Amino acid sequence: MTDVADAIVVGAGIVGAACADALAQDGWRVRVLERARPGGRATAAGMGHVLVLDDSEAQFALTRLGRDLWRARDWPPSVERDDCGTIWVAADDAEFDAARGKSEWYAARGVRTGLLDARALRDAEPELHEGLRGGLHIADDLVVHPPTATAHLLACARAHGALVEPLRSVRVVGDGNVELDDDTRLSAALVVVAAGLDTPRLLGHRPDALRIRAKKGHLVISDRAPGFVRHQLVELGYLKSAHGGTARSVAFNAQPRRSGQLLLGSSRQVDVVEPRVEHDMLAAMIARAMRFLPRIGSLPGLRVWTGLRPSTDDNLPFIGRLPDAPRTIVAAGHEGLGITTSLSTAKLVADLAADRTPCIDPRWFACDRSTAELAHG
Amino acid sequence: MDELDCEVLVVGAGPAGVAAAATAAECGRDVLVVDDNRHPGGQIWRRSVATGTPSIAERWLGRAQSAGARFAFPLRIADAHDPTRLVAVGDDGPIALRCEQLVLALGASERFLPFPGWTIPGVCGVGGLQALVKQGLAIRGQRVAIAGSGPLLLAVAASLREHGACVLGIFEQAPRSRVRRFGLGLLARPGKLAHGLGLLNRLRGVPRHHDAWPTRVEVRGSSLRATFRTTHGERTLDVDWLAAGFGLVPNVDVAALLGCRIEDERVVVDEFTRTTIPDVFAVGETIGIAGVEAALSDGITAGLACAGRDADARRAARARYRERRFGDALARTYALRDELRALAAPDTVICRCEDTPIADLAHCADAREAKLLARCGMGPCQGRVCGPALAFLRGWSRDSVRPPLVPLTFSELSALDEPPCR
Repeated sequence: MTDVADAIVVGAGIVGAACADALAQDGWRVRVLERARPGGRATAAGMGHVLVLDDSEAQFALTRLGRDLWRARDWPPSVERDDCGTIWVAADDAEFDAARGKSEWYAARGVRTGLLDARALRDAEPELHEGLRGGLHIADDLVVHPPTATAHLLACARAHGALVEPLRSVRVVGDGNVELDDDTRLSAALVVVAAGLDTPRLLGHRPDALRIRAKKGHLVISDRAPGFVRHQLVELGYLKSAHGGTARSVAFNAQPRRSGQLLLGSSRQVDVVEPRVEHDMLAAMIARAMRFLPRIGSLPGLRVWTGLRPSTDDNLPFIGRLPDAPRTIVAAGHEGLGITTSLSTAKLVADLAADRTPCIDPRWFACDRSTAELAHG
Repeated sequence: MDELDCEVLVVGAGPAGVAAAATAAECGRDVLVVDDNRHPGGQIWRRSVATGTPSIAERWLGRAQSAGARFAFPLRIADAHDPTRLVAVGDDGPIALRCEQLVLALGASERFLPFPGWTIPGVCGVGGLQALVKQGLAIRGQRVAIAGSGPLLLAVAASLREHGACVLGIFEQAPRSRVRRFGLGLLARPGKLAHGLGLLNRLRGVPRHHDAWPTRVEVRGSSLRATFRTTHGERTLDVDWLAAGFGLVPNVDVAALLGCRIEDERVVVDEFTRTTIPDVFAVGETIGIAGVEAALSDGITAGLACAGRDADARRAARARYRERRFGDALARTYALRDELRALAAPDTVICRCEDTPIADLAHCADAREAKLLARCGMGPCQGRVCGPALAFLRGWSRDSVRPPLVPLTFSELSALDEPPCR
């Protein structure tokens, strides 16, 4: 142990903030180093949709636990928690069959779902196109405002003695130490690297593993239009778009905000880091949304922005110790699920740090995992 | 999407833009001027339904038109990342504007500062009230108090009076001694001096206070009770309108989207009014508040520089620098006093769009945190009102500018990508 801190958390996005909170509650003396302002990058750019997903058992386990932890916690009003639930929208019979399959899959795992036929879907969301086949309602999903949630997590960490230092930029992470841009060196028993896209650079670009790539996304928010949509609406084809092999894709994803505004996504462009708004992506995204919400075109759009999701090759984050640097735990690469899985990631990190039985099988997220191995193992 | 092509695109049809357009067109450049108003003139030359367009404006506009410059109104710039292709929106939807050179004459906006009651209807900007009156607001017989800072207070007071308003008082926050020194400085500038004396003459009989500013406004029956802090203690006035504007702030949003360097709230330019982005010029209030003569000199310089007439542009730049020194004197004279930072009560709204009370910013470190944590600047005006206020109150620079610069429907947003129809 050093006299500086027991644990250093590098990065105060929502994942770093959650890790700081979990470690501080476990009694670690935590010091958080953030190169800019807390929750200001990918955390601020995203939608704040907290949801369960069934892409893989690993993803389900992490999102399910994450969502449960979100639900179990008391959040201040500034977090704008809205228990609006998700409706996965099925356009045709094939998608409706898929929805039924998902419903059964979730039911077997204790997740509350409801299958909506065409009429029930229209009753739930009158603005949706009448030709849509139905939907899968996931009642316990919710929507939050990630920047204020991050601020709240950091405040909780501080209440447990954590020191949060914005505008402190880490240059490189060693095993049990960090070196800052101002040449300060700090050491600790544990360093948690929750620096999103910056993580591989901070760890010295290990050639073999830890590939985290940018997936650029666009979002557009409307002026207040209360009740235009009532649930988070996502097309069932979303995962195909999110995790498909194409370099550029869009999918329909609309969210009601507590402010009465409508937030519309989503787009994905692999390895694009230029932040400017691209009109062709924006147009494709809105055109896609118009197939589901035909009257959305008349809503006033206030602001368009982009963000970079830190994505991994197998769509699962890295959460675990570095094999050759055991005092370093990585928590990065959450792509579009960082809000949902921030709290479960933090719990797993705290379990690993304390050498407790982990809450989730850590092999799924290990830094040196081999995808092929896990698929069969 | 339709396209308009030109060699020189001038954004803004106020004095600076029109001077740039006339000069470039007279040098043989193919010039297009766009503006978000329906008529040219900008703010200072705004056409009045009662008195028409000022004659100096007519002269410059006539020059620009007879030299072949084209005008397109109203067009609002919606997005700008490529200086040779801007996207604008007009009555018929989006349109692409293609050019070789771009002159930004974006003008300025008023700086509002929050004080208790500043959001009550009837409280408005100084330039704002003048614009309303020029557009036909019936002000005859209405009681008006004018507060804030800068020569605009006097100009607007005089103009409102001529439209029949009953101006009960002018409250200038700058100290009398500084304003007097500024007045003496005008002795070297007969034109401006004559203009200033003319204003004072037109304002004869109107109480003018210095070291004075509004502290609160309340509704009293059908009128407003405005309270001011003056050198003689508190003064209250019952009025129909309180116009309060604390100086002007350069409009820089298009320049910011293009990536031009901005310092101290204004676009940075060189001798020839070139910004840090190649082939992008900035003129007039966009590069600093210095009045109409500076704006005209800037415009002439930019027009010559666009035409490659460097020697002439350099000569024009000398006049430009002289006029710009007037801007420095303005800034010194009407610098906002520290007491104005403490006018707002904790529950005074700072962001009118989102109803954010200023107390909610207690834990915010900068404009971006104010946005993310307190929704300040997230509404339809996108921080155009609270941004300049917070720049003064907290020293916060504006958060990054995001498209669209004007609210567009989702349909219009998706049309920004349409290929040109030819």
